[in-house]
Amino acid sequence: MTSVSMTVNGKSVSGEVEGRTLLVDFLRNDLRMTGTHVGCDTSQCGACVVHVDGEAVKACTMFAVEADGAAVATIEGQANADGSLSVVQQAFQDHHGLQCGFCTPGMVMSAAALLKENPKPTEGEIREYLEGNICRCTGYHNIVKAIMAASGQDVAAIAAG
Amino acid sequence: MPKDSGIGASSKRREDIRFLTGAGNYTDDINIHGQAYVHFLRADVAHATINSVDTSAASQMPGVLHIFTGSDFEPIGGLPCGWQVTDKHGEPMQEPKHPVLAHGKIRHVGEPIAAVVAETYAQARDAAEEIELSLTDLPAVMDMKKAVAEGATKVHDDLTSNLCYDWGFVEENKAATDAAFEKAAHVTTLELVNNRLVANPMEPRVAVGDYSAADDMHTLYTTSQNPHVIRLLMGAFVLGIPEHRLRVVAPDVGGGFGTKIFHYAEEAFCTFAAKQLRRPVKWTSSRSEAFLSDAHGRDHVTKIELALDAENNFTALRTETFANMGAYLSTFAPSVPTWLHGTLMAGNYKTPLIYVNVKAVFTNTIPVDAYRGAGRPEATFQLERVVDKAARELGVDPIALRRQNFVTEFPYATPVAVEYDTGDYEATMAKLEEIADIGGFAARRAESEKNGKMRGLGVNCYIEACGIAPSNLVGQLGARAGLYDAATVRVNATGSISVMVGAHSHGQGHETSFPQVISEMIGIPEDQIDIVHGDTSKIPFGMGTYGSRSLAVCGSAMVRAAEKVINKAKKIAAHLLEASDADIELKDGQFTVAGTDKSVAWGDVTLAAYVPHNYPLEDIEPGLEETAFYDPANFTYPAGAYACEVEVDPDTGKVTIERFSAADDFGNVINPMIVSGQVHGGIAQGIGQALLENCAYDENGQLISASYMDYAMPRADDLPFYEVDHSCQTPCTHNPLGVKGCGEAGAIGSPPSVVNAVIDALQSAGKDVTHIDMPLTPARVWDAMQG
Repeated sequence: MTSVSMTVNGKSVSGEVEGRTLLVDFLRNDLRMTGTHVGCDTSQCGACVVHVDGEAVKACTMFAVEADGAAVATIEGQANADGSLSVVQQAFQDHHGLQCGFCTPGMVMSAAALLKENPKPTEGEIREYLEGNICRCTGYHNIVKAIMAASGQDVAAIAAG
Repeated sequence: MPKDSGIGASSKRREDIRFLTGAGNYTDDINIHGQAYVHFLRADVAHATINSVDTSAASQMPGVLHIFTGSDFEPIGGLPCGWQVTDKHGEPMQEPKHPVLAHGKIRHVGEPIAAVVAETYAQARDAAEEIELSLTDLPAVMDMKKAVAEGATKVHDDLTSNLCYDWGFVEENKAATDAAFEKAAHVTTLELVNNRLVANPMEPRVAVGDYSAADDMHTLYTTSQNPHVIRLLMGAFVLGIPEHRLRVVAPDVGGGFGTKIFHYAEEAFCTFAAKQLRRPVKWTSSRSEAFLSDAHGRDHVTKIELALDAENNFTALRTETFANMGAYLSTFAPSVPTWLHGTLMAGNYKTPLIYVNVKAVFTNTIPVDAYRGAGRPEATFQLERVVDKAARELGVDPIALRRQNFVTEFPYATPVAVEYDTGDYEATMAKLEEIADIGGFAARRAESEKNGKMRGLGVNCYIEACGIAPSNLVGQLGARAGLYDAATVRVNATGSISVMVGAHSHGQGHETSFPQVISEMIGIPEDQIDIVHGDTSKIPFGMGTYGSRSLAVCGSAMVRAAEKVINKAKKIAAHLLEASDADIELKDGQFTVAGTDKSVAWGDVTLAAYVPHNYPLEDIEPGLEETAFYDPANFTYPAGAYACEVEVDPDTGKVTIERFSAADDFGNVINPMIVSGQVHGGIAQGIGQALLENCAYDENGQLISASYMDYAMPRADDLPFYEVDHSCQTPCTHNPLGVKGCGEAGAIGSPPSVVNAVIDALQSAGKDVTHIDMPLTPARVWDAMQG
């Protein structure tokens, strides 16, 4: 067992983990932060996306020990300090960008990372960026629309549906 | 102006807040103090005799609590099948035992052979690798037509053959149908495969079994669309646990699409083992395991023939389908290719004679059962493909040929045993022509051609049957359960309301849309109303969510219960207002004596019901809570018309969806935003089936598409924005809300238009291609183009 320490959503945490413990399992099982989800075992689905030192990372592709000393951000820390939804979260609700909610934490974390590096992405750029996040419910229509809206773009012209 | 609350409003979903903040409570998020973990050793061959399962070394591995094998479950019931089909000779289907853990024989890759329970999941997996299996391989039965040939290897030695049933529908119509083909001016024939799919809800299945010796109470937390169905099947047929000692909880569930309807071995195992070991036992499926253990969908091989007269009227339809059951009968598997498929073969057309033959076949593959649409996509695909092929053979416009044959008068009794209560197929087709800008297609094609691409337009209609019912009819058809649903409306003293429903929400937004209905009926704000679902200890006995039934069936039960509540509340109001209850009106949360300004508020009446000081106790009981069970009089029949435009790259065969439009008639709509979302998701799954997804086996029964590396799930960059419309509304005539159901339409209605569009693109470019089997991968399209 190895000791690891990191900050998660600004709070210092530590634990004892096996070398093979994935970051996502450390978050879910050791810290009991179950907002980050596991939807596959081949790093394809993106339900487990978190931010590590500001970069979007699939938490199933990183060992907990690799995140030692890092600043990790998860879905649980995305809302504003007063508890209201962040711009991205609010856009997902406003535009019905989620149904069952299982892929949603990863989608929100990916969307937030995208908008940080590209504040006004086109539809095509959003679709390409989300290549690593699978949603089975929404057909992506309202996810793409929500991200465009979160970036301040007018989405009124997009098929209202 | 769009409404901002109640029926017809696009109320934002309240459940989103917990999902967007990581506060959802999915089954894998549940951890019980002292829980152990199970790992299933699964078959890596498709067909073999089990000589021995040696667990002696594995049992000594660190952390192992116990290892179970098939012999532990031999005295226990098998997983039951919920639907018995009677074949064309009046004989019941062949129904093999479906063991919890394989015993004696392995019949498909992924079948659980042994279950290792250990202190940690990693220890359970490590120990499973030490189990020694002695197997004698047997030939894998894979091809359905060969499986039913004389002398074929049998999947089940105790059955007479691999034929589960040979179903003829309607058998009495066969001779007349054949005679109509003899007289036809034109016959169009199409042979096709409806590809096997995996539902792939993003949340893999999970089960947590718990047992309390203090009160002999079993609890199962599971990823289910219908917790009462699981309680009934597992309690009564597998483990013999009386219902009052068994609680099944399905908390937040991350998508279902049919595959979480069924009762699975892992649920029974965790419930059983928790009592045996006096420890909570948890199983979390990996995605690879999900591919090997979730029931699959579709997998039909079909020949369809359409007869037309000299004026292009459809005169008869004849189909022969081989339907793969897999190695065992999953919960509702036999009903899918029969009663959910044969009954839909009339489609939107007044074809007078129809005969459907279905041969259901056992193979050494994972069981096949309902997946979004369940039988109806298979019916729609073959019908809408053969109609399109007929139009091309006859040189007539595919839309005009459809229009000419539309059912136009309702109610309409089809020759396949169902009666459409209402519809307007011309209206949805006209709406489709508008939203898809079909008039502008020629210009768009010219533009594509300028860019070196082939462009095609495909159109199709669909009809489906939702809200499966009524119970006495489905009982005659072989269902071993009722198909009503139930709701309890519990009004609290201060006027807020909890509604306990049998339906289960796993993405459909019931927590938002169901309160909209109650809000409309009573006139109190939506946020005063909460929905409780998913826990058999809290809700009335309901059948859950599948087949686009939640609102049409459970919503109707909720309306009936609310009507009872309102009637009682009016009596209390009449007493308080010293008036006759016949004169009491309820509007905007106020009870008023008609024609006067005398009124009392909803909250005052509800308070009186629970603090009955000034109350007619001699006539009315205190309290305000009512339950209703609702058994529908008929299916509902949503219908619509879809259009797809594709570009095909002549160099690679790659198909790109350029436009997709859907005009649906769902009857009345409660929350348009949610309805559109349901259609979007269905379309994406339909496009996935048409272009990307394929569950592939090799000839030895190895599943070679068992991960997201190999099974092509639709991703954001595979799909366009969709144009969807549900303004054509012919309300259902037999349920109180006039609603029809919208959950499956997209998946049913979209595959044929995609394939029709690709064929249109190729033929318009001079290629002699009349059909390509799904998925239309670049390789398949390119191959077809080469002739």
